[in-house]
Amino acid sequence: MLTVLAPGPLTTVQDRGRPGHAAIGVTRSGAADAPAAELANRLVGNRPEAALLEVTAGGLRVRAGRTLLVAVTGAPVPVEVDGRPAPFAAPTTLRAGAVLALGPPRRGLRSYLAVRGGVDVPPVLGSRSTDTLSGLGPPPLTAGTVLPVGDLAGEEPFVDVAPVGPPPDRPVLRLLPGPRRDWLDDAAWAALTTQEWVVGPDSDRVGLRLTGPRLGRARDGELPSEGLVSGAVQVPPDGAPVLFLADHPVTGGYPVLAVVVTADLPLAAQLRPGDVLRFRAAGAAPSRGLGSS
Amino acid sequence: MRVLPYGDRALLVEVDGTAAVAGVRRALERAPLTGQRELVPAARTVLVVLDRPPTELDVATLHRLPRHDAAPPDPAPVITLPVAFDGPDLAEVAALVGRSVPDLVAVVTDVEFTVAFGGFAPGFGYLTGLPPELHVPRRATPRTRVPAGAVALAGPYAGIYPRASPGGWQLVGRTAAVLFDVDREPPALLIPGARVRFREGS
Repeated sequence: MLTVLAPGPLTTVQDRGRPGHAAIGVTRSGAADAPAAELANRLVGNRPEAALLEVTAGGLRVRAGRTLLVAVTGAPVPVEVDGRPAPFAAPTTLRAGAVLALGPPRRGLRSYLAVRGGVDVPPVLGSRSTDTLSGLGPPPLTAGTVLPVGDLAGEEPFVDVAPVGPPPDRPVLRLLPGPRRDWLDDAAWAALTTQEWVVGPDSDRVGLRLTGPRLGRARDGELPSEGLVSGAVQVPPDGAPVLFLADHPVTGGYPVLAVVVTADLPLAAQLRPGDVLRFRAAGAAPSRGLGSS
Repeated sequence: MRVLPYGDRALLVEVDGTAAVAGVRRALERAPLTGQRELVPAARTVLVVLDRPPTELDVATLHRLPRHDAAPPDPAPVITLPVAFDGPDLAEVAALVGRSVPDLVAVVTDVEFTVAFGGFAPGFGYLTGLPPELHVPRRATPRTRVPAGAVALAGPYAGIYPRASPGGWQLVGRTAAVLFDVDREPPALLIPGARVRFREGS
């Protein structure tokens, strides 16, 4: 088991989420930076469905209850074991009683701590993820939380270190058109894809609130609520777009102007309040010939 | 019907109303697209989430879905929920629709509702079937806390708050029914297509 000594600003348990329940109002959730979480699991030889810890802005300290193999990925953070530097993005053995501490990330926001065997909290609707929007899954970790370690390990890992770079300083996320581009005026798409945007302080796992030029409507009226996806860029009446992340509501009532391509969602998940980003139109849209019949 | 682009993992099917939404949903439940991961029905749309990029073939397939579902409606039994009609907005709603409270309750308990779609919160179902003369606006100022089990009306819909949350609907009653329980299969009592009646009682 792992005992949480300090959770930092926010640490939650995450896995691949609970897809398939959106029709009853349950969002997918799961690790916000899925490839980083997958890498952490791979480094300790876990099966891909194993749960791990998503550490927001560092600050996590945990004590190993027995000898454990761990790895930290995602936003690069200083890693210490009993006060001595330990490698990042590499399998690391903790002896029983050892304390693992993550410092603040130099860049990026979310780091992932995998433990061989997986974090074995009880699954809810097939997932151990904390859904911060609806409160499903385990609550965010607090000091004193004891986390059981499971048996979702596969082959012994053979990778020594994964050479991963830090997230880019000023990322450019690729956009595809959303379903309601025609609800915004012509200048809106141009502004979205050419201007700089700043991540607002009220951003979280639900979404990034972006500040920049105000995006204007092409039409009045209310849009009936419709389904949302991770990466959807929705424009509320105040004209400030919201980029939805893993804990997005399953439906929303404001027009979705654009959608971030799936491959760039990890970049979005690593942005922190105050960070600057840009968008650009992705190449060819995935399907043509859309229209009435 | 329109099929609208929605990034590299989804398509949005837009139709005329809740009956057509139910038809599209049932057709895609019976014959899912390859890699179909989620179906999210809503008021006029069905979001189809895939585990791969959508193709022109998907768009063509969606355009060929039957407009009016030929198959019989969901054979689900009617779920009857006991409701105590003592909500804080009951008298105001009765006044808005020009009926006495007992008359309003009689009409509401006579409706067979259908769960059109979910959203808002786990286990919340938008119930359609209210006669147009009972359509009332949301409250001008939403409540910061609506208790679990509150039975409410807004626009063309009735709904039941699965758990305590903020809410702007008109509260007409309450039920002790458990709308959402993760240890139950299915966890939501009200799933799209389910039929629902309110019975006076508690």
